[in-house]
Amino acid sequence: MTGKELAQRDYYGKALADIASDRRIVVMDADLAESTKTSEFRKVAPERFVEAGIAEQDMIGVAAGLAASGKIVFASTFAVFGSGRCWEQIRLAVAYPRLNVKIVTTHSGISVGEDGASHQALEDIAIMRALPNMTVISPADAYEAYAATKAIAEYDGPVYMRLGRAKFPTILPEDTDFIIGKARILREGRDVTLIGTGQMASLCLKAAEELEKEGVDAEVLNVSTIKPLDISAVYDSLSKTGCAVTAEEHSIIGGLGSAVSEFLSQELPSPVTRVGTYDTFGESGAPAALMEKYGLTVERIKESAARSIAMKDARAPPKTAAENNEEAEE
Amino acid sequence: MKQMAHGTEDLKVLAHLLRRDVIEMTSEANSGHPGGSLSSADLLAALYFNVMRHDPSDPQWEERDRFVLSKGHAAPVLYAALAESGYFEREELLTLRKIGTRLQGHPVRGKLPGVEMSTGSLGQGLSMACGMALAAKMDEKTHRVFCLLGDGELQSGQNWEAAMFAHHHRLSNLTAFVDRNRLQINGCTEENMSLDPLPEKWHSFGWNVIIIDGHDMAQIIDACAKASRSQKNPTVIIMNTVKGKGISFMENNPDFHGKVCKPDELCRALDELEGCGL
Repeated sequence: MTGKELAQRDYYGKALADIASDRRIVVMDADLAESTKTSEFRKVAPERFVEAGIAEQDMIGVAAGLAASGKIVFASTFAVFGSGRCWEQIRLAVAYPRLNVKIVTTHSGISVGEDGASHQALEDIAIMRALPNMTVISPADAYEAYAATKAIAEYDGPVYMRLGRAKFPTILPEDTDFIIGKARILREGRDVTLIGTGQMASLCLKAAEELEKEGVDAEVLNVSTIKPLDISAVYDSLSKTGCAVTAEEHSIIGGLGSAVSEFLSQELPSPVTRVGTYDTFGESGAPAALMEKYGLTVERIKESAARSIAMKDARAPPKTAAENNEEAEE
Repeated sequence: MKQMAHGTEDLKVLAHLLRRDVIEMTSEANSGHPGGSLSSADLLAALYFNVMRHDPSDPQWEERDRFVLSKGHAAPVLYAALAESGYFEREELLTLRKIGTRLQGHPVRGKLPGVEMSTGSLGQGLSMACGMALAAKMDEKTHRVFCLLGDGELQSGQNWEAAMFAHHHRLSNLTAFVDRNRLQINGCTEENMSLDPLPEKWHSFGWNVIIIDGHDMAQIIDACAKASRSQKNPTVIIMNTVKGKGISFMENNPDFHGKVCKPDELCRALDELEGCGL
């Protein structure tokens, strides 16, 4: 099911270079261009690349000023800094006046690895999602990151998009499209919906394949736009399966799991088990070892699926006499 | 139509008009920040009625000069300048801070014609102005960008990030003003978190520095003209001002940072302004 292992940030850089002919586009970075790959844009359009220095708060203010003058601005750095260091600048200067600034961060999640907790953004979805006017995107793979970069350049308004550092498996075709606010069914199933974002979508697919061998028919939904959440996709899937697992490389507080639970609790109360980090900071280590230690695994998704299904079954209404008879006949 | 450039005598009268508007609107709202609005009134009159190229009948005119009010709590004097310029009717000034108004407690971009940026959280305006100035340079436009900073807000580090940025990018089309009234909510800036030597700070960041009496119309006009001739560096005009300027009992009184006139004070304030030739 999965394809080549590719880094999202490489495809972000590639997309920026490919859209650089649009002279309205300006790209900013805070001394991390080689890491975020905005350097690819700098190569082809140096006159529209703006270095902010290690000054993220100023970068956001400048980005807002540029956008207020008609520019389409991409501002990039690591996810921790691009969401946290300048959160209030984003709130006042970008979200409030609804300016055309795309904050695209790399090095999100625990798979940052050896740099440790100071550099591992596990809260960025939560704090960005809380901002009015903000769109929050977390693509599933490098190909989707490429398509999403082009899509947000076309969209007029503030966007926060988080990308990963490491290479991880691609699950979508190379020429995939991307529609902001649209979730994608990666696999159909009837027993449980596995809802993944970022690289966790590929782990959900893997979990579904393994669950199939155990007789569980899982549906997999890739929610790469966390805000606005594709509520009809979630509703339709849960109407069929009746329970869900959410999976994200992010804290279970405030991220995808929260967004899905908030919606379902009001519209279609259903058991949801959240896979993510549990109110904790990360640490240094190899990415794979960290994913394992912090429970971001296929195994954890499978266990969570079993748990959600058990909860669904436990609260199913008592069967009617007719249903019992039918079962007895079978 | 481009705004007509008024002479200094006219500008003095206009500054008094803005002061009257500030007192009336904050009193009607029964909240707001009159002190810092009054200290900036002379500058706003000079900018909107002499220095800036702008067109109240076409607020989106691409070639217009931009003004960013970094000290967003001085919104009343900005709104007054916009209304007196003709961006909207003066009557609307009295809706300040009331529910449903376009005249929010702090300025909001996109709500009211003529407001370029959302501000109010201090320390951010200079960065926004840098972005506008950089865009103008990129597009080879000749319009200028002006930014009014409070002195207290210079305690915030983002200003100095922006100061570095403006010099690095040679934003000679950017002029910043510091309303140096030496007071902040807590009292004197120098006792709270000292800013002096302020001119040296700006100098060392590579800016042209001009120091003036911020209530002297001729000095304001002259300093702006000097700034516009800069070919290389951004310019900061440090305006020594008096908080609450123009109303005797409000002058240098930190209580009027965020407190408005009571009804009897309002009469006295308007009388004093009346005596100034209105």
